[in-house]
Amino acid sequence: MSSTAIAPILRIENIHKSFGKTRVLTGFSLTVQPQEVVVLVGPSGSGKSTLLRCINLLSPPDSGRIWLEEQEITAPGVNPDKVRQRIGMVFQDFNLFNHLTALGNVMIGLMKVRKMPKKEAHDLAMFELERVGLVDRAYHYPAQLSGGQKQRVAIARALGMDPHIMLFDEPTSALDPELTGEVLEVMQQLAREGMTMIVVSHEMGFARQVASRVVFMEGGVVVEEGPPAQMFEQPLHERTRAFLRKISDMDSGGR
Amino acid sequence: MEFFQNLVTTFNFILQGVWVTIGVTAVALAVGLVFGVTMAMARVYGNPFLQTVAAIYSVIVRAVPVVVIIFILFFVIARFVNLSPFWAGSLALGFASGAYQSEIFRGAFRAVPPGQMIAARAIGMSKLQAIQSIILPQAARLALPAWGNEATLVLKDSTLVFVVGVPEILRRAQQVSARTLEPFLAFSVAMLLYLVLTLLTTQILQWFERRYRLQM
Repeated sequence: MSSTAIAPILRIENIHKSFGKTRVLTGFSLTVQPQEVVVLVGPSGSGKSTLLRCINLLSPPDSGRIWLEEQEITAPGVNPDKVRQRIGMVFQDFNLFNHLTALGNVMIGLMKVRKMPKKEAHDLAMFELERVGLVDRAYHYPAQLSGGQKQRVAIARALGMDPHIMLFDEPTSALDPELTGEVLEVMQQLAREGMTMIVVSHEMGFARQVASRVVFMEGGVVVEEGPPAQMFEQPLHERTRAFLRKISDMDSGGR
Repeated sequence: MEFFQNLVTTFNFILQGVWVTIGVTAVALAVGLVFGVTMAMARVYGNPFLQTVAAIYSVIVRAVPVVVIIFILFFVIARFVNLSPFWAGSLALGFASGAYQSEIFRGAFRAVPPGQMIAARAIGMSKLQAIQSIILPQAARLALPAWGNEATLVLKDSTLVFVVGVPEILRRAQQVSARTLEPFLAFSVAMLLYLVLTLLTTQILQWFERRYRLQM
């Protein structure tokens, strides 16, 4: 391999995934370079969430191959727990651990998975909460936090594992409109710091400002991809145009 | 005056059984907790084989009268391993309670939202780590009210070890009544002691419930 070419951080090759008779991913391929922010859009049922779950092996693909930093993670014998440590995941409905404080949510992975001593875990967790602006909520339980705060804690929890890439599965869809801003701001900050991110989201403002690439998928495959300007101004495919117009209308109509 | 003398004799005699009753109940609950949690884990997270084993345990043990289990342990098993009446009775009660506790914890495990497991796995925890650190602490809190109920039931079931001669409250009440010929007095004292123990148990468990309430 030539030393000048940057190796992709993630390479997905022709993956298929079905649930029973429903074929969700039908030969999906995508390559992501380090520090790229890829925004995935597509109608519901197009396989976006399934794709994220395939990438971090929460539900491994039926066929096809995935490489993470030159390691084929779909190869037999790979320990998925080790792979997941390098892939941060943020969910639509937060999934904070209900019995732990914000601080505890970030600390538990540090202590159980990264095997840090308590003191060290505490300090690093505080640092991560600082990054998402929630040090003053460290001792609050999830039930005492707003949706936006919960999602920021979830981001801090993922960051604590020191991921090399982060997956966001509709991170603002469960939030009231006035709370989406604080989460998007944190994500924007992460992008500026050079975090590689794959974001499933219909927040078009975020896609325009932050995305290095917008990928439109439908029926389990990539229909079209390109820089946000091109995708929004002059998409090649009629399907892409129709879909993006529809969500852009919803976006502006909803505000 | 003879009544008061009898009362004091009866009370003092039966009171010595209180610690035995507490001991039997505590051992039975602890053994039942181990069986219950293990079997519930097997049923919710185990492979088909473990699921079947745990289901059979629960169905069979709940179908058999506890006294029969006590007899089996005391008259059959105790011939091969050295088991005192106390241990035979307590272990049998625990084995029986485990079946009921497994149902309690099975429900509690199922009541923990599935996203909790997914999120735990997503940060790199193994399935076992996720169960230990994330699912079990929440399931335990969810199980507390039903578990408290089971604790009072086991406390009262501890009278059953009487059949193999363990000197707990009821056994002692019967013994002293044979001596004083005042069964009403003896069993009234026994009843009072069970009432106090039950109230204490519920108070303690309610404190735990308040302390570890889980908000979702």
